[in-house]
Amino acid sequence: MLKNIVFLKKYAIVGVLFVLIIFFSLVSDSFLSTGNMFMVARQVAMLGISAVGMTCVILTSGIDLSVGSVMGITNIVGAMLMTAAGLPIWLSVLITLAMSAGIGLINGLFVAYVRVPALITTLAMMTVLRGVCYVLCNGMPVWGLPESFKVLGQGYFGPIPIPVLIMLVVFLLGWIFLNRTRSGRYLYGLGGNREAVRLSGVYTARIETLGFVISGLLTGLAGIIMLSRINTGQPKIGTGYEMDVITAVVLGGVSIMGGEGSLVGVLIGVLITGVLANGMILMDVSEYYQQITKGLVLLFAVTFDTMAKRHKT
Amino acid sequence: MQTILSVRKLVKRYPGVTALDQITLDFEAGEVHAICGENGAGKSTFIKVITGAIKADEGIIEVEGIPRKGYSPHEAMFSFGISAIYQEFNLVPFLSIAENIFLGNEPVRNGFLDIRTMNRNASELLKSLGIDLNPKRMVKTLTVAYQQLVEIAKAVSHNTKILIMDEPSAPLTTNEVDKMLELVRNLKARGVTVIYISHRLSEIFELSDRVSVFRDGKFIKTLETRSTDKKELISLMVGRELADTYTKNKIPRKEVLLEVRNLSTPTLLKDISFSLHEGEILGFGGLVGAGRTELARAIFGADPISGGSVLIRGTEVRILHPSQAVGLRIGLIPEDRKQHGIVSELSVMENIAYSSFGKVSRFGIIMKGLLLASGEKYKTLLRIVTPDLDKKVKELSGGNQQKVVLARWLATNCDLLIFDEPTRGIDVGAKQEIYELVSSLAAQGKAIIFISSEMPELLGMSDRIIVMYEGRITGELSGPEATQNRVLQLASGE
Repeated sequence: MLKNIVFLKKYAIVGVLFVLIIFFSLVSDSFLSTGNMFMVARQVAMLGISAVGMTCVILTSGIDLSVGSVMGITNIVGAMLMTAAGLPIWLSVLITLAMSAGIGLINGLFVAYVRVPALITTLAMMTVLRGVCYVLCNGMPVWGLPESFKVLGQGYFGPIPIPVLIMLVVFLLGWIFLNRTRSGRYLYGLGGNREAVRLSGVYTARIETLGFVISGLLTGLAGIIMLSRINTGQPKIGTGYEMDVITAVVLGGVSIMGGEGSLVGVLIGVLITGVLANGMILMDVSEYYQQITKGLVLLFAVTFDTMAKRHKT
Repeated sequence: MQTILSVRKLVKRYPGVTALDQITLDFEAGEVHAICGENGAGKSTFIKVITGAIKADEGIIEVEGIPRKGYSPHEAMFSFGISAIYQEFNLVPFLSIAENIFLGNEPVRNGFLDIRTMNRNASELLKSLGIDLNPKRMVKTLTVAYQQLVEIAKAVSHNTKILIMDEPSAPLTTNEVDKMLELVRNLKARGVTVIYISHRLSEIFELSDRVSVFRDGKFIKTLETRSTDKKELISLMVGRELADTYTKNKIPRKEVLLEVRNLSTPTLLKDISFSLHEGEILGFGGLVGAGRTELARAIFGADPISGGSVLIRGTEVRILHPSQAVGLRIGLIPEDRKQHGIVSELSVMENIAYSSFGKVSRFGIIMKGLLLASGEKYKTLLRIVTPDLDKKVKELSGGNQQKVVLARWLATNCDLLIFDEPTRGIDVGAKQEIYELVSSLAAQGKAIIFISSEMPELLGMSDRIIVMYEGRITGELSGPEATQNRVLQLASGE
């Protein structure tokens, strides 16, 4: 049976995706409609962008719980820069991205150099940043963003929604980075054989930090797209987002112990997560049951991974 | 004699390999039965099937005449009396010896742990086994050798009838091995059947009544230990006669490449000074824990140093991180290959290029073609046996993994190579190849530090031998002075 699990882990997620699609198209008329499909694509775009960053962290056997709050703070800060500070859009976006990368850097420095466990570092960061979100905007939404900013989240490039296009580009660049650059290959090595990588002459702490910086930066990008979609700064945006991102990455076959997994799998994991969320909304499943389902899916994905790992040893 | 364990036509298949191929074998009650074979011969799989850790695809296992199928390790241990001691111990470091021995089997009174009884029973058990240890001592404070003795005591406490020992001497020093062997004899006297797996043939001859040879997943032969010899065993293991020769090329000494002056580390090393020439193989002898690995790591920048200096070609260098060592064209082939050598989840070719990705990249992007070409080059050069360069390195045998680590350093074009126990746990045939490679590297003018605990290879390979004891150098031997006795004397601090 265990042998089957290893096999399943490799190919089953594609099957799971198809089963979900077939199931939802049977129970809901509107599921397969073009409009809904586009909606799913737009919804998963942000999740996908963050998942690429999260992959860079989980591959090193780390975790980044702060992504939800990073999304929140980029939302608020981006909105405030464009409204209260009155900066041009491009500069606001640039500053916001720099800030999110900086948050990733702080996470990375604590984890890789001070050696605080990633779980604790990013849990603390998650809580701190959420607090900062509320402090900055006094708990009130930030209104009045420029109309032209909407294009990023709501516009189309030909038939393709711009967020989807950005996600695909991020996946492509992420794939090249992880598979075809030395830093990417070192990230893989850090997961299972940290000392071996160090003894190969690699500054392992730098590579580990880089993973967190990428995670912060990409979630910042997702946060800006989110801001453009809703066109208001909301302090509670991104609450629980880390859950979705981690689930998508682990569903996609990235081992929670690090060292293995591919972005192709992650993309499918992202789609499964998106389809599931969308399908449940269409079926009118209550918010509470959606939460229960999400939790179970994560537990299931990790169980799968753990059993496959155990088989190999 | 009575048969206690008998296996009939045991088969275990993994994708692409038959790990056990129709193994039929009997074990007699109260014997010490050694199993030997090269890596990949199927010994580990065999043990795992016997202990219930994995299930065989076909075949019957009879324990005391009763056919058993598909049992769990727990059943094997508590119902059939089969225990195993692996190279990695299963002890809880922060519990006492007594608590570890009775873990999962604790004496209880009125629902509470009966610590006094536990300590008393543990104390009696240890005494009866001739182990001089206080059962209240925390396991963490014990040396590896004593931890192993505790493991054995733990197995005995379960009324073990069959004790399986997988390479028990690997982590031990010579004196400790003697103590362990004595304990095994003690167990035999108590009627315990011992299945003893070891690469060290001398132990097999010292200890066992019978010895079975495995090769390529097949059972070859069981021999009375008395009526065989090393030569016969080795030829059965490798399937051919093998000359245990060391190719030594005498070449004139060239420039001094490495000079170490008064090197110390915060934890162990004191005042280490030596020099190493191009084309020279400098052996390091000593007991486990004498500081040889620490010295290698300190030179390589893997661990901090507290004093002294390192000179490369006469220029003082400060190596604070392995990457600086790599920049100075130093390579380290570490002792713990699985943890510190290979990057297990990555492919063979990526492992080879791991320290020199720059050479196979263009504009920062790794080129598949260049990666393959470099992999192909070193695969041929070092005769790395792999069906595919894309295969994960963890799927290779120990000897081939070692070659991959070596290839990594050859790919960076190192001048100085530090080998730390390069042949540990690899099979006889691969050992020979490693020796030849090391010799040919020296012949090309590379300077080599060769750390080994195996006396024949240390004496056979080295041009000079430095012996260490408790973090210090106790002597340097070369030419006719370098004998087993002299090395042992210096290694024990005399």
